[in-house]
Amino acid sequence: MSSDRRDFLLTAGKLLVLTAPAAAYLEAMETGKAVEPAYKTAEHYWGMIVDVEKCIGCGNCVRACKTENDVPLEPYFFRTWVERYHVAGAAEHPDVDSPDGGFNGFPEKYAAGDGAKSFFVPKLCNQCAHSPCTQVCPVGATFESPDGAVLVDKTYCLGCRYCVQACPYGCRFIDPRTKTVDKCNLCYHRITKGLTTACCESCPTGARQLVDLKDPKDPVHEFLRTHKIQVLKPQLATGAKVFYNGLDGSVR
Amino acid sequence: MHRFLKDKEHLVRMAALFAAGAILFLILQAVLVPKGFGVYGHYRAGALADNRVRAPRFAGRTACVECHTDERDAWKGGKHAGVGCEACHGALAKHAEEPSASNAFKPDPKTICFTCHLANVAKPKNFPQIDPKNHFDGGACDGCHSTHAPDKGPAK
Repeated sequence: MSSDRRDFLLTAGKLLVLTAPAAAYLEAMETGKAVEPAYKTAEHYWGMIVDVEKCIGCGNCVRACKTENDVPLEPYFFRTWVERYHVAGAAEHPDVDSPDGGFNGFPEKYAAGDGAKSFFVPKLCNQCAHSPCTQVCPVGATFESPDGAVLVDKTYCLGCRYCVQACPYGCRFIDPRTKTVDKCNLCYHRITKGLTTACCESCPTGARQLVDLKDPKDPVHEFLRTHKIQVLKPQLATGAKVFYNGLDGSVR
Repeated sequence: MHRFLKDKEHLVRMAALFAAGAILFLILQAVLVPKGFGVYGHYRAGALADNRVRAPRFAGRTACVECHTDERDAWKGGKHAGVGCEACHGALAKHAEEPSASNAFKPDPKTICFTCHLANVAKPKNFPQIDPKNHFDGGACDGCHSTHAPDKGPAK
């Protein structure tokens, strides 16, 4: 009996000693996969410029995003989508529509010269610096990365949907295949390789531009100085980093 | 003092129990908390790498013009110079990596132009728009317009 206990204690002691190196090994396995050493998170701070006055509502960004990021093709799952606004008067509620999120473009709906203003507004995750969605996550499965992208840890997400409700911009959805949350991550797999996002790559008019706020050579600084910039729902103080040029007050 | 020493067996037992509890907690913590949690903040540090592993499907225009120099020369300096190749030709990272593996997608010149240039009230006024009722005979647009640089005259 006493020798049994002694054996048990010895084994337990050996196991305890083994956990530290095992943990280190697992961590190296986990963080070391497919990471290019050239990219340093501390040297970047990502955002985007959306020039409403250049958007033609072609839907290229919506299609490119779904292709690049394997977003389900059903017309209610979007990482990015385009809205059409039709504002008859300053005091009137705007008429907003987004057929299939703009995936197939926008069939003409309004008559020319009806006295209203009409325009397209591309929407995506605003990559907030003080995001409500990351604050409500109970397990730390979504977070603001050091380089300014709001990311999701799919292996850790419970699918509880708190963040879906917390996002004031409606940018999150539950992927029906994985039952975990998905959202625009600013094509994190592309921007960390020196590429631009899929939506910016396929936008024909340059209405969307990926910007690196920490890069002094990025033309964004000049653009922000010389244009009248707004973010969506500034009263919420989310620290949104998608900057809109030419944004109408009717856009929410 | 005497009394304390007399009861010390209780204390030793309690201390042992407490130590065992602490060790159990440390073991559970080591097992249950994911590796790298808390390195940058309240999340798993490895999640950053996880978000990077996906392979791009759009190669980017700089990759295209490395080989397609004739198209690059036609496209550069024209009115479509700001339009990326894959905006019309589709995602072609596979083709960029292994040119023989998949052929580049050639869009239909009767329909692809309307993706952008079909008239719509909501489009910016300075953007060139076509109403098929008065500027389209059902033929291919590239019969008259050069697709890579529409302002450089008709396609050759």
